Amino acid sequence: MGNIKLDTAQISRRHFLGGAAGLTFVISIGPKGTWLVADAAAKAPEYAIGAWVRITPDNQLTIITPAAEMGQGSMTGVPIALAEELDADWSTVTLEMAPADPATFGYNRRGGKVMRITGSRAIRSYFEQMRLAGAQVRKVLLQAAAEEWGVDASTLVTEPNTVVDRLNKRKLSYGEIASFATVPAAMPTVSTDELKKVSEFRLIGNPVPRADIPAKVDGSAKFSIDVQLPGMVYASTVHAPVQLAEPESWNDSEVRRIPGVIDVVRLDKGVAIVADTFEHVLAARRVLAVDWKKGAPAEGYDSEKALEQDYMAMAMDRQSPRRSVAETGDVTNAFASAVKVYKADFRSDYCYHAQMEPLNAVARFNAAGDKVEIWEGTQSPGGSRAAIADALEFEFEQVIHHQMYMGGAFGRRSITDYTIETALIARATKRPVKMIWTREEDLAFAMFRPQNLQCLEAALDDDGKIAGWRHCVIGDGDRLITSGINIEDYYTIPNRLIEQLGASHGIRLKHWRAVAHPFNIFAIESLVDEIAADQGLDPLEFRRKRLAMTPKAEAVFDAVEKLSNWHTPRPDGRALGLSVTERSGSLGAGVVEISLDRERGRIRVHKVWAAIDGGIIVQPDMARANVESGIVYGLSSVLKERATIKNGAVVQSNFHDYQVLKMSEAPEEIHVEFLDRETSPTGLGEIGNPFIGAAVANAFHALTGKRLYHMPFTPERVRAALQT
Amino acid sequence: MIKLRVNGKSVAVAAEPDTPLLWAIREHLKLTGTKYGCGAGHCGACVVHVDGRAVKSCQLSLSRAAGSDVTTIEGLSPDASHPLQKAWIAEQVPQCGYCQSGQIMKAVELLEKNPHPSRDQIVRHMDSVICRCGTYTRIVSAIQRAAGEV
Ligand code: FES
Ligand code: FES
Repeated sequence: MGNIKLDTAQISRRHFLGGAAGLTFVISIGPKGTWLVADAAAKAPEYAIGAWVRITPDNQLTIITPAAEMGQGSMTGVPIALAEELDADWSTVTLEMAPADPATFGYNRRGGKVMRITGSRAIRSYFEQMRLAGAQVRKVLLQAAAEEWGVDASTLVTEPNTVVDRLNKRKLSYGEIASFATVPAAMPTVSTDELKKVSEFRLIGNPVPRADIPAKVDGSAKFSIDVQLPGMVYASTVHAPVQLAEPESWNDSEVRRIPGVIDVVRLDKGVAIVADTFEHVLAARRVLAVDWKKGAPAEGYDSEKALEQDYMAMAMDRQSPRRSVAETGDVTNAFASAVKVYKADFRSDYCYHAQMEPLNAVARFNAAGDKVEIWEGTQSPGGSRAAIADALEFEFEQVIHHQMYMGGAFGRRSITDYTIETALIARATKRPVKMIWTREEDLAFAMFRPQNLQCLEAALDDDGKIAGWRHCVIGDGDRLITSGINIEDYYTIPNRLIEQLGASHGIRLKHWRAVAHPFNIFAIESLVDEIAADQGLDPLEFRRKRLAMTPKAEAVFDAVEKLSNWHTPRPDGRALGLSVTERSGSLGAGVVEISLDRERGRIRVHKVWAAIDGGIIVQPDMARANVESGIVYGLSSVLKERATIKNGAVVQSNFHDYQVLKMSEAPEEIHVEFLDRETSPTGLGEIGNPFIGAAVANAFHALTGKRLYHMPFTPERVRAALQT
Repeated sequence: MIKLRVNGKSVAVAAEPDTPLLWAIREHLKLTGTKYGCGAGHCGACVVHVDGRAVKSCQLSLSRAAGSDVTTIEGLSPDASHPLQKAWIAEQVPQCGYCQSGQIMKAVELLEKNPHPSRDQIVRHMDSVICRCGTYTRIVSAIQRAAGEV
């Protein structure tokens, strides 16, 4: 495992191709997708070209990694797929972060090319394309060795970084080959059936340490907040308490009298203070008083009132415009002929990403003002670069983009509003600027996971099977409240109606890890558990007997049953809860073991077991870490996280009143098992998250006989539930 | 100019006395391994050692740190060879990594005082440092792995 270079803007094509001895494989994006081509072909202008792999005579390999790193390990995991098919010796590999150039380094998505790493997409989107590229390079090396030895390439095999001629007992390292070979004018083609079988993998499935970890234990990993530039000044933006209100005026001369203040810049939705040091920025922030324009859409908005009253009124009103998300079978008839109908309503509050690194960026213009260099951590390097160019009325090429490590992202960083602000401030101030939102600002101007109400109904037929299913979700955010609402990946209920009722509050909303899955699955799997209990069946038995499960679902339930010893009684005061979820192509079932402090209303999750079908697991330990992380992140929102809006303004301001899970509240044990599969990898960054809500609520019912209908399960809500 | 020792070297910082030590370390001395997470004493991303004690550097003014001996993650070992750093790699603890300097500095204080802490003692000691990526179980394992070696 090699070093890693993060200074992405340095990896221009010229840098990669220029001078270096050895073999450089460049990539061509043609109509058939991504193919490696020879350098000569690469020079043809009709191709979008970038470098992908370089092999130098000292037997060192450089692989470009296109996946933004936010802690999920993809910057290592994605190039492993290429290294696997290339039969690379991983210890000779250096990774270089790809520049923000989606035309070259993007994956195929909806007819275009993007580098956006959202929806747990890194491994699953790049896997095949990286493998094919690796196999192509290997073919070139085999052919070059065959020519050198005067044998047929089909008689040769590879071992890590080595071509082996077993018949004649000789070897050439990839480095040796690179010292004499040239990249052929036409690269060999490779089809998917020429790729390795799972049993032939050397790297995939075997532990490869993450490339970014060493720098994350000695403080040397660079986040954008760490960037230092000569002559750099500091900035911070103040946004309106009422989200998205625009500044009218402010006490400009007073602010400018604060020592060190250089500039006060008007932005569309805020006022930015620029000063020589960050402590001076903070001092000026305390003095700045802004009059905000009236009329922002969020004005007067009260989130608790909306959630407790308005949403239900909308749900009751037959005239409310509903959007059908999915409809199958004859739902009306299923309910009309039902032996029993179950109904339940569930609520979830706003959640904040709370990525550990407050949003920030660094920007520097050239003297002529027609080029800007950007340092930021983004989930969407290409999209961000384009958005920055757009905001500055620049061409894409006028923005030089340096991708940095992200101190957490969780969906927040695929929109680049913070970097656009930074660029505008740097342009106004004519100096290199490091702009940091304070934690308070990051929260006040947050983009939330929307709050919502869910109304569910299930119809039981005379076999006791669930034959009808209605689910309506009410809230703001359109698709941000509907993901995960379809159950067909795990249950096949014949008659279903899934609907959405939209509200609009003027509050900034965004994809939050697993988007709407956490609250939709909470509602779905809570109701299933409620019916099981009413029918006097073990929740697992109920699902097996009364819900037609998909084979994939059966398999994960079987696995988690064993893993958790589901049928073994727990000590007094402990209970288990069960739930399933799909996300990003993966399917998982999970069990939690909880206890309860009844007086204080505190639920404690001691142990978690999760069984997941994620296809081929490229890196088991990284995959496990992703699931562990999803579980803790999910549990945090299930037990604690809650943002509220009063009069259009976010009430909470920092980690004292927007609390996230601490170590003492985290599970003591997390056991993750991946099913042994040979299917393509699916997403794992969010699969650990959505099942936790229902699993905890169902365990709570097993322990107390009471149900929880509102996330998070705060002490007040827990105590109230105990009193029902 | 306020004088103190940072990672064994005498330094002088040209900043107001009420400047939080965090910003002096990060932006004046350019030791950026110490992180800003909340600026209000709630998260622990900014933990450094001041005269051997783990301290939230966002909560300590430069004037109060004057004359003291400060150790940041960069000064913990010359080559990431501290037993806790090695254990952190062995357990593949960091995810985004942003909280990890604070976690490690906090853990160092624990093992220096108590070479063989129980799980409960680890949790109690570490509870003030938030990891949003949820690496808690691995942090506990890493501390247990390094126990006795500090
Ligand atoms: S930054 Fe100091 S405790 Fe959060
Ligand atoms: S590793 Fe990301 S916050 Fe701890």
